[in-house]
Amino acid sequence: MKLTGAQILCEGLVKEGVDIIFGFPGGAVIPLYDTLPQYPQLRHILVRHEQGAAHAADGYARATGKVGVCFATSGPGATNLVTGIANAFLDSVPVIAVTGQVRRDFIGRDAFQETDITGITLPVTKHNYLVMDVNDLAVVIKQAFHLARTGRPGPILIDIPRDVFLEQADFSYPDRVDLPGYRPTLQGHPAQIKKAAKMINEARHPVIIAGRGVNISKAYGELKHLAEMAQIPVVTTLLGIGCFPEEHALSYGMVGMHGMVYANYAIENADVLIAIGMRFDDRVTGKISAFAPHAHIVHIDIDPAEIGKNVRVDVPIVGDVKMVLQALNKQIAPVDHLDWIGQVDDWRREHPSIDIRDDDGLLPQYVVRQIYEITKGQAIIVTGVGQHQMWAAQHYWFNKPNTLISSGGLGAMGFGLPAAFGAQIGCPDAPVWCIDGDGGFQMTIQELGSIAQEQAPVKIAIINNGYLGMVRQWQQLFYKGRYVATPISCPDFVKVAEGYCISALRVKHKEEVIPAIEQAMAYQGPFLIDFMVEPEENVYPMIPPGATVAESIEEPKQPIKAISDSKRLKVSNI
Amino acid sequence: MKHTLVALVEDKPGVLTRMASLFRRRGFNIESIAVGHSELPNLSRMTIVVNGTASILEQVRKQLGKVVNVVKVADVTDDNITVRELALIKVKATSSTRSEIIEIADIFRANIVDVASDSLTIEITGDEDKVDSLLNLLRSFGVKEVARTGCIAMLRGSTSQLPVEQKPSKTRKERYNLL
Ligand SMILES: Cc1cc2nc3c(=O)[nH]c(=O)nc-3n(C[C@H](O)[C@H](O)[C@H](O)COP(=O)(O)OP(=O)(O)OC[C@H]3O[C@@H](n4cnc5c(N)ncnc54)[C@H](O)[C@@H]3O)c2cc1C
Ligand SMILES: Cc1ncc(C[n+]2csc(CCOP(=O)(O)OP(=O)(O)O)c2C)c(N)n1
Ligand SMILES: [Mg+2]
Repeated sequence: MKLTGAQILCEGLVKEGVDIIFGFPGGAVIPLYDTLPQYPQLRHILVRHEQGAAHAADGYARATGKVGVCFATSGPGATNLVTGIANAFLDSVPVIAVTGQVRRDFIGRDAFQETDITGITLPVTKHNYLVMDVNDLAVVIKQAFHLARTGRPGPILIDIPRDVFLEQADFSYPDRVDLPGYRPTLQGHPAQIKKAAKMINEARHPVIIAGRGVNISKAYGELKHLAEMAQIPVVTTLLGIGCFPEEHALSYGMVGMHGMVYANYAIENADVLIAIGMRFDDRVTGKISAFAPHAHIVHIDIDPAEIGKNVRVDVPIVGDVKMVLQALNKQIAPVDHLDWIGQVDDWRREHPSIDIRDDDGLLPQYVVRQIYEITKGQAIIVTGVGQHQMWAAQHYWFNKPNTLISSGGLGAMGFGLPAAFGAQIGCPDAPVWCIDGDGGFQMTIQELGSIAQEQAPVKIAIINNGYLGMVRQWQQLFYKGRYVATPISCPDFVKVAEGYCISALRVKHKEEVIPAIEQAMAYQGPFLIDFMVEPEENVYPMIPPGATVAESIEEPKQPIKAISDSKRLKVSNI
Repeated sequence: MKHTLVALVEDKPGVLTRMASLFRRRGFNIESIAVGHSELPNLSRMTIVVNGTASILEQVRKQLGKVVNVVKVADVTDDNITVRELALIKVKATSSTRSEIIEIADIFRANIVDVASDSLTIEITGDEDKVDSLLNLLRSFGVKEVARTGCIAMLRGSTSQLPVEQKPSKTRKERYNLL
């Protein structure tokens, strides 16, 4: 059967189970778009900027566990994807980006809208392809999906010249891949697993630190089994949140720079640290030399390059979390660590970390906590980057995996809205809340248009503090309060939303919070709430960069009084 | 310290860039890189010599292994290996110095591969030190041009450094149809 390149691509997508594509057309991909109507199984969703397409595909992938797909045209379309691709790369998200390229005979001649997108994305993709022969296309698609979703997942870019879309080839879809250089190790080494089991069985102060690898591997059951059987306190990274129910008695929340003080104390005093599917990011470890100084470290990770990269590891186990834990759990003896757990509980009492102070003002932490209460912890929360992100991680308790979707590794402001849109498209019946900052929201605000066009019922909570708050906090704490370039004016977000025919409310007072959230939840379509929170709230606890747990800054008893609300920059008074 | 890495890589466009970029992002300077066919069809063998601290290079080696087109990679610095490099050296030669240069070349078992009225071109094979020594001796005569291939390395003895199961040779097309 002879098909065009565009048809081969669509056939491949259908064969790989794709049903949603986020994209934006242009000259080089018109032949592809022209073919889409022949494939009604493929629903194309138009975004307003290609960065939005990549983030939406990312949010979709994290929420559904499927591969997210996005399309863009050559040149500017392709370069606009780059932030989204880098984001997916750093957080190991399976995304396939298909870009159009100029005709083959124009490549390398600085043709109109030509960019070397495979060159540009080389360091931020797991792999990428420039398809110069339509006969290679089916194999490339097969390989791309295989690479994206297996091993350590990641984004794959496929660059297809315009004339390759038009050229015909015999089509048969391969049923297996031939990648001699790609064989992820899944089963852990039995001797290493045995060593780890012995270490865990002999531990007196064990701690599990679980990361996004647990989510990727869907090893929630195995993790819970291990923790419960050996009574081990569980802490998670930002991206591991939800892989272990946060309401569980053994859950001690997030670790790291803005993690719970008691979680960080647990790590500092652990004698055995079981690191599962996490990569010891510097936001997690702080000062490396002071990280888990008394612990023997067991590190389970599918990527051998992560082992020993940032911290020394005593028992490395390369493999898939689920498979490794299945083997490991068989060798774990049931014990209780009453004294140890009692000790961690004492730290929790001494350093509650996330108590919200009684305040008449509108506290951002309070807003997040109310969203948690009203959604009964069942929503998918998608955040931007900054203070609101940390408050979302701290004050919403996640009991289901993959319900916190956040840009961790790249920390890309602007991720929130498009990723929430993608998550909602992937999970049409789930409540999806986008908790975003007033700064980051303005970076991808245009995706309100996509949300309106699709009537995706995303609920948007803007934590509006009038600042690039996270940077302002650093300026306050470490740069003598010089707020350079962090006060930020906002448009009237309610009017902006209404301009897109999206219902919206502004909340200025504490007592309006609950009714507003309830109204948003009851509303059928998308809904935006602009929460005018205390401008100078800080995220605590905080371990200053390069410092140790003992130097944690906790919520001061007397909060630093905020500047008055009238100091907010308004568009009208600049 | 200087490290020697050898890798078997798929014969595909972009492989060299993918590998080189892992050194570039760390600001490492690759001292030499040599690529050519291996004993296996469709696989090239690459020898990379680079300066860097052992722990960082270990990280680079692991990341090289993650490049999809890299089939095998090993750091052979501490192994019992044979290392060879080939160099062509064009040196000024007058009637009075010519015989002395030839004598030096002989001592190094180097070959004279080209003779011109005022120069000689010498081909030498050996490890880096040997090539460097010859080069140093020739400097006083006036070295006009030097081309070096960069090192290639192989394990001594009968074991191979990068064992890969041999598959019957297939053209690219045939392999794809097999899938
Ligand atoms: C403003 C800001 C503040 C932050 N503060 C904090 C903080 O206080 N605390 C914190 O924890 N983070 C914080 N982060 C996030 C941090 O930067 C990292 O993104 C995060 O810690 C990474 O978590 P991770 O290692 O679990 O996930 P990833 O970076 O996604 O790593 C996942 C690991 O799991 C492995 N893996 C994948 N699949 C499998 C599998 N099937 N089997 C086995 N292993 C697998 C991967 O190889 C990888 O090593 C912050 C980010 C921002 C933007
Ligand atoms: C694209 C991008 N640019 C800059 C930054 C640096 N940065 C990190 S947090 C932050 C402030 C975010 O402000 P806002 O979205 O209002 O959130 P807040 O911290 O106030 O909750 C900035 C500028 C970033 N993470 N991403
Ligand atoms: Mg802000």
